[in-house]
Amino acid sequence: MKPALSVIFFTVSSGAGFGLIALLGLADLLQRAGGAGGPSDREIAAGGLIALVLVAAGLLSSTLHLANPRNAWRAFSRFRTSWLSREGVFALAFFPMAAGYLALVELGAGEGPRAIAAACTVVLAWITLYCTGMIYASLKPIPQWHSPLVPIGYLALGHYSGALLLLAVLACAGHPTSPYVDLALGWLVVAAAVKLVYYASMARANARTTINTATGISRARVRLLDVGHSHGTFLTDEFCFSVARAHARVGKALVVLVGFVIPLLALLLSPATLPVAILAVAAATVGLILERWFFFAEARHVVRIYHGL
Amino acid sequence: MKLGLVIDLDTCVGCHACAVACKEWNGSSAVSGPLSDYEPYGAEPSGVWFNRIRHYEIGEYPDNKTLNLPMSCMHCEDAACVTVCPTGASYKRPEDGIVLIDQDKCMGCNLCSWACPYGARELDRSSGTMKKCTLCVDRIYDLELPVEERQPACVLACPAHARMFGDLDDPDSAASQAVRERGGFGLMSELGYKPVNQYLPARKPRPIPVQTSPSPPPGRTRTFINRMIKR
Repeated sequence: MKPALSVIFFTVSSGAGFGLIALLGLADLLQRAGGAGGPSDREIAAGGLIALVLVAAGLLSSTLHLANPRNAWRAFSRFRTSWLSREGVFALAFFPMAAGYLALVELGAGEGPRAIAAACTVVLAWITLYCTGMIYASLKPIPQWHSPLVPIGYLALGHYSGALLLLAVLACAGHPTSPYVDLALGWLVVAAAVKLVYYASMARANARTTINTATGISRARVRLLDVGHSHGTFLTDEFCFSVARAHARVGKALVVLVGFVIPLLALLLSPATLPVAILAVAAATVGLILERWFFFAEARHVVRIYHGL
Repeated sequence: MKLGLVIDLDTCVGCHACAVACKEWNGSSAVSGPLSDYEPYGAEPSGVWFNRIRHYEIGEYPDNKTLNLPMSCMHCEDAACVTVCPTGASYKRPEDGIVLIDQDKCMGCNLCSWACPYGARELDRSSGTMKKCTLCVDRIYDLELPVEERQPACVLACPAHARMFGDLDDPDSAASQAVRERGGFGLMSELGYKPVNQYLPARKPRPIPVQTSPSPPPGRTRTFINRMIKR
């Protein structure tokens, strides 16, 4: 699949935003339940605002991917069948909920409404992230995406980048950071594990669809003679994007190195000061953008088979 | 009703006449508007087509042959392109099973083209909307046309009569009968989209009469004449 830069930016940015606000909301809920060392109201409000900006920037960027954005408002209408529509509806429901929650925090509202708003915000963030993953996982013609590891990966990577952002926000506010370093390291391990399992399962994926099932010639060897067009089509532009296997290997090693190893070393080797947290966030962001790029570039739509690829 | 095409891979000669007829009819049709061409007279011409023909080689020389494979929308019974569409622009008509795109609703997100394993949908860059085979919905119900012309343009154009149009829900339609008798199949059936369009495999070659037993020895007179006359 051709990597669509607007979609890559959208999923990385809004994923981090949803992860950040989900973790903020959970920390707040734990604090209400009697936990100590949670973020202060000002920190929740500031972190929540950053999360909202990230989500909004991502959603706006996703509309750049549309060829006819005038009709984008119609995208909320097929909630019953379309994961893209569900993502839109939940993202739209998320905004007033999260804004209301942050307003309650800022106004110092009572325990009950605040806890309910926090829980609803967290759940909506989770559902929206899951919907994003399911847009890809629901596509049967792309074996690399048609996997339960895809929505799990979107959730894990969103929380991982959110946890690093939370650490940066708290470090910036001068809040004691050691539990949040552990939180970020925990999500780092989960996200890296999901991604490595995904890469391993992709390498062993055995596609059921072959040129024999595609042409209905079940036994004989079938080979493309002529593709029937002279200079590219929508199909070759969209689906026949290829990345060399050697480049993909190097790229995925870079994803692991920049996205996971550098933040890991940064968090383990030095006290979590603001520059260290920012370094971790920057490295993870570059890593996740690379990860999303290869997520597209390595996905092989079955229509390629008809093109002899 | 389950309207669709039946394509005879045994008689298709790969001439692309169906694709050209399709482009001609649908390019001026009101259903999906013009099918844009990009750089039609330039160095790298390209554009929107609903029907594409690819050519394959089956088997190894000397037991090889050419397969011409025309492909357009299969009007799947389980059409994922319709379920993934967030705007409701993509729909399957309940009355005859034709999958269409409402050009006024499409936002050009490409998701339906990702969900289609057959590459039947193409985005038109100039309108920003997705376009696809309409099964010539504006021909097949046109009462102004003579009955025999109420068929998709590709079917009418095929010089080899390799394309049939009919109701595949009706077991007595010519299309259904051909599928039954010839062992018609759908492409990529393992994906479970239940494509309505069917393809007919090569016929069993008609046996060529050959002499199997040695001919009886010629009679005496014949042997004598054969000896006398040099051929």
